Amino acid sequence: MPEPDDLMWRIAGGSGDGIDSTSQNFAKALMRSGLNVFTHRHYPSRIRGGHTYVEVRAGNGPVNSRGDGYNFLLTLGDSFARNPSEDAYYGNEEAKPLTENLDELNEGGVIVYDEGLLDEEDVEAINLEERAEENGWHVYPVDLRGIAREHGRDVMRNTAGVGFTAALMDIDPAYFEEIISNGMSGEMKEANLKVLEDAYELGQEVEHTHGWTAPEGEGHDEEQVLLSGSDAISYGAIDEGCRFISGYPMTPWTDVFTIMSQNLPKFGGISEQVEDEIAAAALAIGASHAGVKAMSGSSGGGFALMSEPLGLAEMTETPLVLVEAMRAGPSTGMPTKPEQGDLEHILYTSQGDSTRVVFAPANVEECYTQTRKAFELAYEYQIPAIVAYDQKLQGELRNVPESFFDEEPNADPGSVLTEEEIAEAAHHASDKFKRFLHEPEDGSNVSPRSVPGQEGGRFLATGNEHNEVGHISEDPENRVIQMNRRMGKLDDIREELDATEQSHQTYHGPEDAEYGIITWGSQQDTVFEAVDELNEAGHSVKAVGVSDLMPFPETEMTEFLESVEHAVVVEMNASGQLRGHIQKELGKYGDKLSSLLKYNGNPFEPRDVVEGFETSNGDGELPHQRMTYVPAAGD
Amino acid sequence: MSAFSAIGADSETDDEAFTPGIEPQPTWCPGCGDFGVLNALKKAMPEVGRNPDEVAVFTGIGCSGKLNSYFESYGFHTIHGRSLPVARATKLANPGVEVIAAGGDGDGYGIGGNHFIHTARENHDMTYIVFNNEIFGLTKGQTSPTSPKGHKSKTQPSGSAKDPLRPLSLSLSAGASYIARTAAVNPNQAAEILAEAIQHDGFAHVDFLTQCPTWNKDAKQYVPYTDIQESDEYGHDINDRAEAAQAMYDAESKLHEGEILTGRFYVDDERPSYTAEKQAIGEMPEQPLAERYFDEDAEWDRSYDLLEKHK
Ligand SMILES: Cc1ncc(C[n+]2csc(CCOP(=O)(O)OP(=O)(O)O)c2C)c(N)n1
Ligand code: SF4
Repeated sequence: MPEPDDLMWRIAGGSGDGIDSTSQNFAKALMRSGLNVFTHRHYPSRIRGGHTYVEVRAGNGPVNSRGDGYNFLLTLGDSFARNPSEDAYYGNEEAKPLTENLDELNEGGVIVYDEGLLDEEDVEAINLEERAEENGWHVYPVDLRGIAREHGRDVMRNTAGVGFTAALMDIDPAYFEEIISNGMSGEMKEANLKVLEDAYELGQEVEHTHGWTAPEGEGHDEEQVLLSGSDAISYGAIDEGCRFISGYPMTPWTDVFTIMSQNLPKFGGISEQVEDEIAAAALAIGASHAGVKAMSGSSGGGFALMSEPLGLAEMTETPLVLVEAMRAGPSTGMPTKPEQGDLEHILYTSQGDSTRVVFAPANVEECYTQTRKAFELAYEYQIPAIVAYDQKLQGELRNVPESFFDEEPNADPGSVLTEEEIAEAAHHASDKFKRFLHEPEDGSNVSPRSVPGQEGGRFLATGNEHNEVGHISEDPENRVIQMNRRMGKLDDIREELDATEQSHQTYHGPEDAEYGIITWGSQQDTVFEAVDELNEAGHSVKAVGVSDLMPFPETEMTEFLESVEHAVVVEMNASGQLRGHIQKELGKYGDKLSSLLKYNGNPFEPRDVVEGFETSNGDGELPHQRMTYVPAAGD
Repeated sequence: MSAFSAIGADSETDDEAFTPGIEPQPTWCPGCGDFGVLNALKKAMPEVGRNPDEVAVFTGIGCSGKLNSYFESYGFHTIHGRSLPVARATKLANPGVEVIAAGGDGDGYGIGGNHFIHTARENHDMTYIVFNNEIFGLTKGQTSPTSPKGHKSKTQPSGSAKDPLRPLSLSLSAGASYIARTAAVNPNQAAEILAEAIQHDGFAHVDFLTQCPTWNKDAKQYVPYTDIQESDEYGHDINDRAEAAQAMYDAESKLHEGEILTGRFYVDDERPSYTAEKQAIGEMPEQPLAERYFDEDAEWDRSYDLLEKHK
C-alpha cells in the first residue's frame, strides 16, 4: 500500500452522537497544523440515531472534493439505535456504522472500531477479518467507550477516537488539546483532555501494522478560516448591507436562516421567523419596498410557495434576494440528501414571462462573492436574484484565507432616490411620482424608486400591469413598453457581467483540449479533480463550471462548445436540466451534448466522472447503477 | 433635509389630500360598499394627523384590493391574501410609516387566513380593514368564508354546507388588540372607528361590512344596525376579554338573523406592540432600519468580525 497523499478520514456513528462537532474540530485541528481541509457530510433524515458520517480530507495540495473513497474509518457505534422498549430492538444497529461504511473504504485503509460497544459475535457476524484480508485493511479494535467512561461519560468516545486516530496517524495531539481547551471549560474540559491523552497513549502503544501516516502540514502563507457554503452566503449578504431576513425552517435552507438570525440583531438588523414561505418572501419584499436590503429563501417545497411573491417582486420592481438550498425532490424527496433537481424550477417558476438573476456558486469563495453580486444586481436593477446551492455545499467545510473576506461593506440600496432627487424627478399631473417611467432618463431600463415616508415619492406598486405612476393599466401600448423594459434588464445585466469581466464561469484543464465537461454548482470542483486525473491518464479534456444560469453567458458557452468535439454535462439530477437549459439558451448543440447524471442522494466523486467520461468516449461503460449516461441526440 | 421628511411632519391635512388628482376613476359597481370604506378612510385621516407621504396602504386582490388605487398615499397592491406579510415588513423596516392593510373576506379570511392569524398574534402596530361583503366579488360571486350557511352560488349550487367563519372571535383568539366591526352604511361610525384603529398602538382589526349589490343581493341585510356601545342592551366592557368574547359571539350569531351589531368589541391598550416587544429583547434597532441606508454617518460592520470562531 503506497503512502496516500491525502488523509481521508471518515467518522461514522449515529446522528446525535456528536459526529458533526467532532469532525469539525478534527478538520480545524488539521487546518491549524498547516494542511488544507475539506469535509463532506452525510446524514439521514431523522433526529437521533440512524447512520451518519462525515469525511475529512486533508492534504498539502488543494483539496476541493471528498476524493475517491476514503482511507481511515473511525466508527463509534450508534448509541441511539435502540428503541426504548427492549422488544422493539431492530437488528444490530451498533454494528451498522462499521458495516455500512466498508464498501467505500480504499485498499490498505485503516479501521478503528469501538470494542467497548461491539461484541465479538457482532464482529464475527460481519466477516470483518475475511474482508480485511481481501482488501489489505488494517483493523484496530479499541475500547473507546472504556476510556471515555474512565474519565467522564460515554459520549466522550468521540474524543477517545480522535486521540487514537492522532496516534495511529502520527498527528501532533497538541492541536486537539488546544481546541478542547478553547472550546470547553471546567470538568468537561479536564475530562476530555484526559480521554484524549489516554487514547493517544494507547494508540502509540499498539502495534502499527499499516505503515503510513497523515501528511505533515507544510503550513499556510496566511491565516486560514474554516467555513461552509452557508456561512459564506450569510457573510456575503451581511457585507452587502443585508439587515433583514425572513424565513421558515426547511432543510437545508435552515442553515443560512440560522446563521443570519443569530448574527443580524448584533449588526442592528432584523430577523423574522414567520408562518410560511409565502409570508417569508412577502416580508422580504415589504422590507425591500421600505428601503432595506432584505433576503429570504427556502428549499424545494418552500421555494415552490415563493413562486407567487417572486413574480410580485418582479412586476413591482422591488429588489428581492432569495436563497434556494436544493435537496432531492420531488415533493419532500430526500430531505437531507443533495440534488440539483430544482434548476428548472428556479429558472422558470412564477407566472408569465418572468425574469430573474440566478447564480449557482460552486464553493465557499463563490458563495460569498456571488451572494454579494446577487444583492448588487437585485438592488441596482430592481429585479429578483436567486442564489442556488445545495445540501452538499451547505454542509461542507473548507479552509479559505481569512484575507479573502477582507472586503469593504456595501450598503448602497441601489436605485433609490433621495428626497432632493425626488423633488427634481418626473411627476404626473396628479402629483404622483412617476415610479415606472417608460423611458428612464439615463437611457437604461431602470426607473429609480422612492420609499414610503419620503416626501413627494408617493406611487402605487402593484402586481397588475401598470402605467408610469403605478396605476393598473391594460393599455396595449403601455403593456409592451413596460414588459420590454422589465425584460430588457436581463440583457443589461448580461452585458454588465460580460463587459466588466465579472464572469463567474470557472475553467479548468488545457485550453485546446479535445473534449469538454460542463457542470454547475457544487459539482464543479469534483469535476475539476476528475479532469486532472483524465488528462494524466492521457485524455484531452477541459471543463467549465457554470455559475451564471440567468442571464446565461451565451458568448462564453458558445466559445467553449465550439472549441470541443463533444461535451458531457455532469449534474445531480435525473433529467439533465442544465443540458436542456444550454440547448434552450443557445438554440443548438443537441448533437454535441451528452449527460452524466447522478441522483441517488450522493454527490459525484471524481472517479464517477472519470468513468462517465470514458463511457461517453466509447472507452467503457458505467459499471454500476448509481449513475446514468444519456447520449447526445442522434447518437 | 432628513431622508424621510414626510414622517412626523406637522400636517394639517384635509380629506382632499387623500384624493388622487385626475385619475383613476373607481371601477367599483354603483352602490358598492367599497365606496363607503374609501370615504370613511379619507374622512379618518385628518383626525389621525398624518399626511399622504407618510402613509402606506397595502391591499390584496379582489374588488377591495383597489382601495389604494383611489386613495392618495404610498400604496402596494400585492397578491391575493398577501397584503399583511408585505405590510408587516414595511412597518418593521420603518416604524415611522403609518401602515394600513386592507382586503376582502376571501382575501383576508380565506387565502390569507394564516397571515391574518399570525399578524394578529404578533400584534404588529398596524390597521387591518377587511371588506366583508360575504362574497367573492371580483371573481363574480362565489361563496366566501363569511357567506352564510346554505348560501347558493355557481360553485356551491346546493348551498354551502359550511358555517360561516367568525372573524371577530377568530381575531380575539389570535391576539388582535383592537377589534371592531363597522358598516359602510354607517359612515360616521366607520370614520370614527378607523381613526381610532389607526391611532391604536397594536394590531387593529376592523371587520367592515360592505354590501355587494352585484353578486350578493342580500346586501340589504346590513340595514338596520345597532351600535353596541350606544345600546343599553348590549353595552359591555370593551377592555374585558370575556365580555368581549361573549359580545362577539352574539354579534356573529345574529348577523344572519337580521340584527347587525357594530362598534368596538375589544380594546387592549396595555399590550405592547410587536415592535416594542422586539426592541425589549434587543432584536429591533432603535433607529428605523430604513433610515440607516440614507445616513452618511451610519457604520456598517462587516462579517470579517465574525471570522474569529472559524479559525
Ligand atoms: C392565488 C390566487 N387565487 C385566486 C385568485 C383569483 N381571485 C381574485 S379576487 C378573488 C376573490 C376575492 O374575493 P374577496 O377577497 O372576498 O374580495 P372582493 O372582490 O369581494 O372585494 C379571487 C379568488 C387570485 N388572484 N390569486
Ligand atoms: S362586484 Fe361587488 S364588491 Fe365588487 S365592485 Fe361590484 S359591488 Fe363591489
